[in-house]
Amino acid sequence: MDNSKAIFLKEATVNAADGVQRAFISKALGGYYTNRDLQKARYRDWERARDAASMAKWSAVNDLANVLEKFVNNFERNGGVVHWARDAAEARDIILKIAENAKAKAIVKSKCMTSEEIHLNDALEKAGFGVVESDLGEFIQQLRGEAPYHFVFPCMHVKREAISELFTKHLGTAPTDSPEELTMIARRHLRQLYVDADIGITGANFLVAETGQISITENEGNARLTAALPRIHIALSGIEKVVNELDDLSVLLPMLATAGAGQPMTCYNTLYSGPRKKGECDGPEEFHIVLLDNARTRLLADPEQRDALHCIRCGACLNVCPIFKNIGGLAYGTTYQGPIGSVITPHLRGLKQWNHLSGASSLCGACTDACPVRIDLHHHLLHNRRNAAKESPTLFDRVFHNGFNFVIKRPWLFATGGRIFRATLPLLQKLPLPYMGAWMKTRDLPKAPAQSFRDQWKHDHV
Amino acid sequence: MSDARTDIFARIREALKVKAPKPHLKAQTSSPKTSVAAKPWLPDGGETAEDSLLILAEQLAKLKAVLIRVPDHASAAKAFAELATTKSWKKVAYHGHELTRPLAATLTCEAWEADASFDKQKLEGSDAGLTTCESIVAQLGSILVSSRSSGGRALSVLPHVHVVIAEASQVVPDLGAALALVKARHGTDMPSMLSFITGPSRTGDIERILVLGAHGPKELFLILVG
Ligand code: SF4
Repeated sequence: MDNSKAIFLKEATVNAADGVQRAFISKALGGYYTNRDLQKARYRDWERARDAASMAKWSAVNDLANVLEKFVNNFERNGGVVHWARDAAEARDIILKIAENAKAKAIVKSKCMTSEEIHLNDALEKAGFGVVESDLGEFIQQLRGEAPYHFVFPCMHVKREAISELFTKHLGTAPTDSPEELTMIARRHLRQLYVDADIGITGANFLVAETGQISITENEGNARLTAALPRIHIALSGIEKVVNELDDLSVLLPMLATAGAGQPMTCYNTLYSGPRKKGECDGPEEFHIVLLDNARTRLLADPEQRDALHCIRCGACLNVCPIFKNIGGLAYGTTYQGPIGSVITPHLRGLKQWNHLSGASSLCGACTDACPVRIDLHHHLLHNRRNAAKESPTLFDRVFHNGFNFVIKRPWLFATGGRIFRATLPLLQKLPLPYMGAWMKTRDLPKAPAQSFRDQWKHDHV
Repeated sequence: MSDARTDIFARIREALKVKAPKPHLKAQTSSPKTSVAAKPWLPDGGETAEDSLLILAEQLAKLKAVLIRVPDHASAAKAFAELATTKSWKKVAYHGHELTRPLAATLTCEAWEADASFDKQKLEGSDAGLTTCESIVAQLGSILVSSRSSGGRALSVLPHVHVVIAEASQVVPDLGAALALVKARHGTDMPSMLSFITGPSRTGDIERILVLGAHGPKELFLILVG
């Protein structure tokens, strides 16, 4: 992954110049802005609601050991089986073992970003298990052989014609340009798969410590079916998804829907507490949860950026981000795109290779404003830049900072330097400056003032 | 090598030795957490039962769910039978309950009690599912079903149409009230599934254009008695 920066720069440059695609993304997001504002207006005080949401996550994350322990005890009491995974490989092994023991023939999955994070589908397929994504967007991306473009709207960049072609090629259906018909094709195709699958794999949006339930949010009903029909239900979740009380969901569920998709509430918000109970007519015989660390504890150990673990993955910060809208989700090369991806990926995969994402920001703060749990996103981008300069300074960082350090400590040198700079500024305009070509092509340097600020100050005040 | 659980807990405890500051809250003065009491900053769910019913009707309409209000159980049965005829249902699955049985009895097409003889293949082939619910949330237009109130997990999501029969007294103002009721009713013996259903199944995955009936029901009817 050493060339992640080079790939990013190349993709970003190409995508940012693609006006047609950018207009398509803007149009797709247009309806979201309208609906989000309409729904936000129904909150009697959105800012107070953000307070409550951020406190709910803050109190759980900052007491993680106790809250997690309570969740696990209650989950087990409800008849579920808990598995722990320090990293991606352990999580994959646990799930593979469950599938092997069950002699599974077919696996159906509902949307789960954590499974993208651990590359679960690859592992299952290599081991010979057929696995089908059931969320429409994920299903389309799986057929395309492409990672999700946006972690809430996985195929928002794909035009209907391309989807129609894809379905014709893989499912043999007649071409159509109606989103409705395309959706019905996928619906018909997937229905029998739920009925036949032995294992259903889902993610989890919240783990409720008080009751030992997991909460899953979705619009399509595919997660409901995934957790209803197969014999075994496996949920994969990061350890940071816990909340203290069931009542916390009365704030978090509506806010997740409103911030992320402009809905009052996502269509299905479902709480699961264990396998089928006595007296219930359906539901899985086994219910497993895999709790994943995978560098989350590394982020936890940084008190300055710990609040990034409050993220409820609503996607609001992507939807408002000028960088995301211009370069698109695939350019990031990460599981989590957009501002939150730029903040956490360096923690999950290494600062050195992934710091460039923190650099690719105008620091406008739109993400921080949009975040329902008040994560200080744009400041964390700055924190990453600072940490990277400290941890492994580039030659430029070193020369520049040492030089600046040297000059700023010597007022006479600073003043002389300033005088020379002011005098030569008109000349600089004409010189072909290294690294500055792209900038200078379309811009003029400002006119140099006659006096420095220090001279003016002396003149006016002393 | 120690096990993963021990390791992860050790990492968490080590990480949390350094405290993190509280988030920058807007309302510094009072704690935003007002326990289970009404949260006066969330969307309004209505002060009185009458208010709540008005809000509920408005929310359901926006969600493209259909609310059928009837004065008594006899009219509920009649409304349900009419629905079955207009939609020309051939097979209807229902949850066995005193509220649903009289409705199922009026049908001229095949009606079967899904929780008595569960068959997922047969359920997949049913045109509609009829269930009761735990409660209805006015604030958001959500209907809370559970594996206990709604014939297991699949009945309320697998058939193409979902019909819920409920009494007006089951309407609660907001989500907090619905969750409190769940705890009071089931305590530590929760149904294995509880689901807030907010409108018919939907997706916007293709060009962010709304399509109803992605995997779950395309249509959702709430027959409210009283
Ligand atoms: S960082 Fe905030 S806005 Fe972005 S996805 Fe997470 S919760 Fe949503």
